[in-house]
Amino acid sequence: MGLLRKLALAAAGLMLSAGAVAAQTTVKWLHIEQNPAQVKIWEEAARRYEAKNPGVKVEMQFLENEAYKAKLPTILQSKDRPHILYSWAGGVLKTQVEAGVLEDITAGVGSLKDNISAAALEAFTVDGKIYGLPFNVSQVGFMYNKDLFAKAGVEGDKIKTWDQFLDAVKKLKAAGVTPIVVGGGDKWPLHFYWTHLAVRLGGKPAFEAALKGQNGGFEGETFIKSGELMKQLVDLEPFQTGFLGFKNQQALGFFGDGKAAMNLAISHHSATQRALAADKKGIPEDKLGWIDFPMPAGAKGQPTDTLGGVNGWLITKGAPKEALDFVKYFVSDEVQRELAKQNFLIPTYKGAEAALSAAFMQNVARNIAASKYHQNFYDQDLGPSVGRVVNDATAEIAGGSMTPKQAAKAIQDAFKQGN
Amino acid sequence: MAMVRRRKAIDGRLSALLLFLPPALLLFTIFVVLPIVEAAWYSGFNWNGFGTPTKWIGLDNYWFVFDSRGFGTAFRNNLLIIAVSLVIQLPLALSLALILAERFRGSVALRMLFFLPYVLAEIATGLIFSFIYDGNYGLLASIFRAFGAEAPHLLASTQTSMLAILIVVVWKYFGFHMMLFIAALQGMDKNLVEAARIDGASRMQVLRHIVVPLLYPTIRLSIFFAVVGSLQLFDLVMPLTRGGPADSSNTMVSFLYNNGVSRMRVGYGSAIGVILFVICVTFAFTYKRWFMRDE
Repeated sequence: MGLLRKLALAAAGLMLSAGAVAAQTTVKWLHIEQNPAQVKIWEEAARRYEAKNPGVKVEMQFLENEAYKAKLPTILQSKDRPHILYSWAGGVLKTQVEAGVLEDITAGVGSLKDNISAAALEAFTVDGKIYGLPFNVSQVGFMYNKDLFAKAGVEGDKIKTWDQFLDAVKKLKAAGVTPIVVGGGDKWPLHFYWTHLAVRLGGKPAFEAALKGQNGGFEGETFIKSGELMKQLVDLEPFQTGFLGFKNQQALGFFGDGKAAMNLAISHHSATQRALAADKKGIPEDKLGWIDFPMPAGAKGQPTDTLGGVNGWLITKGAPKEALDFVKYFVSDEVQRELAKQNFLIPTYKGAEAALSAAFMQNVARNIAASKYHQNFYDQDLGPSVGRVVNDATAEIAGGSMTPKQAAKAIQDAFKQGN
Repeated sequence: MAMVRRRKAIDGRLSALLLFLPPALLLFTIFVVLPIVEAAWYSGFNWNGFGTPTKWIGLDNYWFVFDSRGFGTAFRNNLLIIAVSLVIQLPLALSLALILAERFRGSVALRMLFFLPYVLAEIATGLIFSFIYDGNYGLLASIFRAFGAEAPHLLASTQTSMLAILIVVVWKYFGFHMMLFIAALQGMDKNLVEAARIDGASRMQVLRHIVVPLLYPTIRLSIFFAVVGSLQLFDLVMPLTRGGPADSSNTMVSFLYNNGVSRMRVGYGSAIGVILFVICVTFAFTYKRWFMRDE
């Protein structure tokens, strides 16, 4: 009896230690996704990967968007840094590459390269070397509530120009509908207005000239005009009461609850608004419309130009090779299709967009495919020191505490201070 | 004999010094002195926090700070918080203490109740009040609607954001000062009050000429805490307004965070830190010298 028990214990001990020996590698993966339905799919992908690769454990860590941005430099320079990090590419990525905290994964990506959307991969390439793999692209545009539009007698499909858009806002207001909900407290949702106007007004040449300091930089005509047009909109008081105190999540919930007609959104927010609505259902697919950002008069940009993001995973310096291996699995056809099927994102794996089931997201995917100039979010592209000033200054235009001229000057000053 | 004894005493003190001073000194140096020196050093660089700073720009960061509109607002907001702490919070705490220091039914329960906000974590307090202030769903909004008025969005307006924060500050910290006063009142020699009463002093006279003067050391301490606490205010501001809208409710520390940390401008942030440090140290030493000499 006693002997048997001892044997059983010893056997159990052996099994335990064998298990411990097998699980040698832990891949630490830091993400910022808030939608539990999407995180669930990610988790399942991680578990499947673990099952296929015994001895590897994928550990998910979460940080809220703003907290993540603030902590990133510290996280990256600590010895205990996660192996896989969320990224918006752009200027922030460049800084990280310069600091030497990321792994050059050009060789490791190998042939997968040919299967990923070239434009998206380009965003994660610095000086010819690949530092991350994109898994999502997005477009900024107005998502709207078809019922509320119908109530005010506005036809969403007909809105193509800035003036038509302003008219729609007036009509919605007259019908007693809050035209636009915006998460002004987070500031970046407001910077979309100014930035997208600049993309429309000046196109790619204007942005590139500003980066070189030509035509008055960000204090030039295009950018002052962007502020002025934004001011036209602000003067109509199109936003919900107290918009400067709203966080973006609250704004999406507000939209999902059907309390406002429009939200200038990132395309995948169409899924987020459902998760954040009070009834967890939000605006259903057939009631949800999309308006490409309208063209102002005299715009030099193309109507096909898009503003949006590219999101991907970076591999940090010194990460185990399994980290890249897992990310490669994450951007593979299988996982990308699964995420696309539920319309959580526009996939970057070529062909996976065929799995998108919502007309809404299919439309966005077509827009991005047709775009010849896809401008990354300014607050990411220009790096935090200038990008945050863009956010602050545009929020001040919306709040009426800065004129378009002052805002443009503040941004150009930050750009010149160069830190 | 006496010489030997004295030497022994000195030896004893010396060995105690040698034993106890180094660890304390070491910790103080590593965690207090070095970071201050480091911040001062960083403040001369244009540096984004990655690698080592290389771009020396001298005092430019300080000029950027003084030149920015936001820092002036933040500084004024700090002064405002100090003023409100001194003019509203402390008198409120003192008068409540005078009532609750007496023993009567429920006085202990009331003390606990008023002290409770102080125990609550700052972030939690901020979040709770951001729900209360919410113009659509908040408690305040329902109260306004019950009276048929339109609910204000206190946190979303440059006019009222600071007011909203001040209310929370007073609510959160008056209990702490009240407790300080209650402790002092209970430690007070009751005979003095009794003697004055026998001599025919009225309650007001006792209060003015006996109780409050005896409380002076505590009041001075309380003011010291209030001012230093106000200067450091940060974690209440972040969940409420993050210093917005348009920098209207920044304190110096939240300004540091928003402009130094969030923008990854470590040099600039360090410059703000140094300025803040100088203000705090100047205040602390001046105050100690002028008002807290006897303690």
